[in-house]
Amino acid sequence: MNGRAILAIYRYEMARMWRTIGQSVVSPVLSTSLYFIVFGAAIGSQMQEIDGVSYGAFLVPGLVMLSLLTQSVSNAAFGIYFPKFTGTIYEVLSAPVSAFEILCGYVGAAATKSLILGAIILATATLFVDLQIAHPFWMLFFLVLTAVTFSLLGFIIGIWADGFDQLQIVPLLVITPLVFLGGSFYSISMLPDFWQTVTLFNPVLYLVSGFRWSFYEISDVSPMISILAILVFLTVCCTIIWWIFKTGYRLKS
Amino acid sequence: MTSQDQILISAKSVTKTYEDGFQALKGVDLDIVDGEIIALLGPNGAGKTTLISIICGIVNASSGTVTVAGHDIVDDYRKTRSLIGLVPQELTTDAFESVWSTVSFSRGLFGKPANPAHIEKVLKDLSLWDKKDNRIMQLSGGMKRRVLIAKALAHEPRILFLDEPTAGVDVELRKDMWAVVEQLRADGVTIILTTHYIEEAEAIADRIGVINKGEIIVVEEKAALMTKLGQKSLRLDLHAPLTRIPDNLSAFTGALDLSEDGSVLTYSYDTSAERTGITRLLAGLAEADVRVADLSTHQSSLEDIFVDLVREQA
Repeated sequence: MNGRAILAIYRYEMARMWRTIGQSVVSPVLSTSLYFIVFGAAIGSQMQEIDGVSYGAFLVPGLVMLSLLTQSVSNAAFGIYFPKFTGTIYEVLSAPVSAFEILCGYVGAAATKSLILGAIILATATLFVDLQIAHPFWMLFFLVLTAVTFSLLGFIIGIWADGFDQLQIVPLLVITPLVFLGGSFYSISMLPDFWQTVTLFNPVLYLVSGFRWSFYEISDVSPMISILAILVFLTVCCTIIWWIFKTGYRLKS
Repeated sequence: MTSQDQILISAKSVTKTYEDGFQALKGVDLDIVDGEIIALLGPNGAGKTTLISIICGIVNASSGTVTVAGHDIVDDYRKTRSLIGLVPQELTTDAFESVWSTVSFSRGLFGKPANPAHIEKVLKDLSLWDKKDNRIMQLSGGMKRRVLIAKALAHEPRILFLDEPTAGVDVELRKDMWAVVEQLRADGVTIILTTHYIEEAEAIADRIGVINKGEIIVVEEKAALMTKLGQKSLRLDLHAPLTRIPDNLSAFTGALDLSEDGSVLTYSYDTSAERTGITRLLAGLAEADVRVADLSTHQSSLEDIFVDLVREQA
């Protein structure tokens, strides 16, 4: 195990975050704060409580998930795509590091960044609403596993992408709609029966629901199903990445 | 290469066919001796970079095996890669990183504990020390090339691959780089250099391999290659012009050439032949009463040899 290499990649990626602090931290925090102000304070005050939770507080887990998912995906995708684009990937490929170590470095850094971001957003949220966390362990469990899983997904996208536009497509056209339609801002019980059934096919629902349960013990689906779902996503991403490294897909010619 | 020399890198029947069907290497066998500087010469697209990329682990070979210090590059990649430093052909650097941090990153990536003293030495040797805090994007092309060399040397490799290190580099920097290469050789580093500047190979290599169209045409000691394939010519400036080559020199027909104005006779001969024929030629000239004002010999350069080799194959 080349621990120093993992650390080198990890530090390098984290240094990139500090260099681009505005882009990687300030802008997601700002946009989340805007959501709080608009949905939480302005519109939320006109809305009734959902299962005994004020709408502003109900929003928090969904907003954290929104940032966590989009930032994990785009951080990790960019982190691996950029060296591919500039050609500096040659060094990582020629170094005595295993695929697993490369992955630990890049995905570890991307997940760390989005966790830092999630923490900042949670802290920001306490300025607007009264937060209570019923199950801190499960809250962290969902937070960490979601960050890792979607950083893995981002890594896959970064390897697959051929251009900067493709790098944007998945977060923009897939992740964002799934998050918006996955019950981040509402309980699916508010939807007509048909759309409730459709929503059950949205993987993000399970993450948001489980995460919200860890705060308020209210959920759209059973927390056990949520836990299972995140483990399934994790396994799927790991399998794809295992295949990528085994075949050298888009990494080695 | 003698039998005592230790073979450090050994490539056996290495082939590479890219996905688009392009066959970059057609069964390359190459042994590289510990401590030598070997230059791989070849035109663009000959397969030089592909061969290097396979040894370094960037490209997977289609078939064949490579061992480095006795370890297989696939099964024992950790051992082989930690011995190797690679300076790529393209100037692929991180624009926003500082010189110091990118070179330190390379050392960590290769699993070596931090050693600021070593990094400092490498940067000083490459005249990069005063630029250590600069962002790479602020550096000139030549300086970026030095940064790539510093990165490759950060983990104290035993083998250094230089892929066209002086392409697009000014003369001064090229001389600097040769000095660095000399220093590394003195430290016992084995250096594999690809180039299409023949003078570079001629100046610094011990052995020369010529690659063309995915095959190694020849690998020889530089001097041996030049004598083996080198033709020498003897130029005789005559006292008085001749109208034609004297009859008593008819034995030299083909090898002897009279210039248009008749004042210069050029005799081409093979240095490896048992008899060069020079004595006979001079005697013949004296017999024919031709007086020689001056004479000089010319050894064909590596460039002439290279052009001949590549043309022969085409």
